[in-house]
Amino acid sequence: MTYVKPISTLWWLRRPSYFLFALRELSSVFVAWFVVYLLMLVSAISAGPEAYHRFLDWSTGRVLVLNVVALLFVLLHAVTWFNLAPRAMVVPHVPPVVVLVLHYLLWLGLSAALAWVVLR
Amino acid sequence: MADTITMQVARYRPGQEAEPVFQSYDVPLRKEWAVLDGLNHIKDHVDGTLSYRWSCRMGICGSCGMTVNGSPVLSCATFLTDYAPGPVRVEPLRNFPVVRDLVVDIGDFMAKLPSVKPWLIRDDEPPEGEYLQTPDELDDYKKFSMCINCMLCYSACPVYALDPAFVGPAAIALAQRYNLDSRDEGAADRRDVLSSAEGVWACTFVGECSTACPKGVDPAGAIQRYKLTAATHALKDFLLPRGAR
Repeated sequence: MTYVKPISTLWWLRRPSYFLFALRELSSVFVAWFVVYLLMLVSAISAGPEAYHRFLDWSTGRVLVLNVVALLFVLLHAVTWFNLAPRAMVVPHVPPVVVLVLHYLLWLGLSAALAWVVLR
Repeated sequence: MADTITMQVARYRPGQEAEPVFQSYDVPLRKEWAVLDGLNHIKDHVDGTLSYRWSCRMGICGSCGMTVNGSPVLSCATFLTDYAPGPVRVEPLRNFPVVRDLVVDIGDFMAKLPSVKPWLIRDDEPPEGEYLQTPDELDDYKKFSMCINCMLCYSACPVYALDPAFVGPAAIALAQRYNLDSRDEGAADRRDVLSSAEGVWACTFVGECSTACPKGVDPAGAIQRYKLTAATHALKDFLLPRGAR
């Protein structure tokens, strides 16, 4: 006759680390949103200048706010993911901090290359 | 410093209570006293019916894991003065059925542990002497060999709370302790259990197991590391012909 403690539906509020974990899980929804948004952008561009400008007009106000929130979640997702990399990727004779820094440098490099393509 | 501190201890006496109730005890507050010393004082001088597990009093045996003020800790390595002026709330480890008071049933872990084959697996006959190993090879797995099966990691893990089929942090860390051992040849034998949905993939990297671990084992690291191994194997199985794997 043992006692099993029921799990509270708000268990993820009990510790800051649990809360951060819940936020990170939630971030996948926003990552998915960015994919959808990107596809909508591509679709609008392929439909011609008029559709593209309609899309840009639509992407203000509420959609802009949504995208800013989504960006914050995607950054949370990326940073927590990168911070875990040295623990998953153990390379003999290479200090974990090097693995971490290389990840961030790669991210920075790719972002710079993408920014150059988009903004030039 | 006050002379005493109040300990609120969860009591569960099957047949007497349907669910745990807290009972308060005032115990002497001494600089050198751990939570376990407070419990021993209660047991010896105040209330002999209190039940809890303990043995070595020095963080080796892994018996005295409890939830103190909400965190899973070894009660022998957690000092009362750190909670002054109190009260100190002592509960059984979470995520395990409570047998009585602070005693939990860890049978689930004991059943899962052999499924990851935490022993040296060799195809050949044992040598005359011992299997040799360099200090560098020892360092590859030494951290994971420090586990004392205290169950703090299971208690800290919300995934285990929600999905009791999860193999769990300590069992996976112990599997990695042998996978990374240069003398072992059993990694393939452990792969099915570790790569299953209840194995490493159930882990969502909350990381609390490694925070809770009193021996610095880093089960969360062990699990993430095996995810990479499992993914690499899956990719090889998919891309390479059978003979080249």
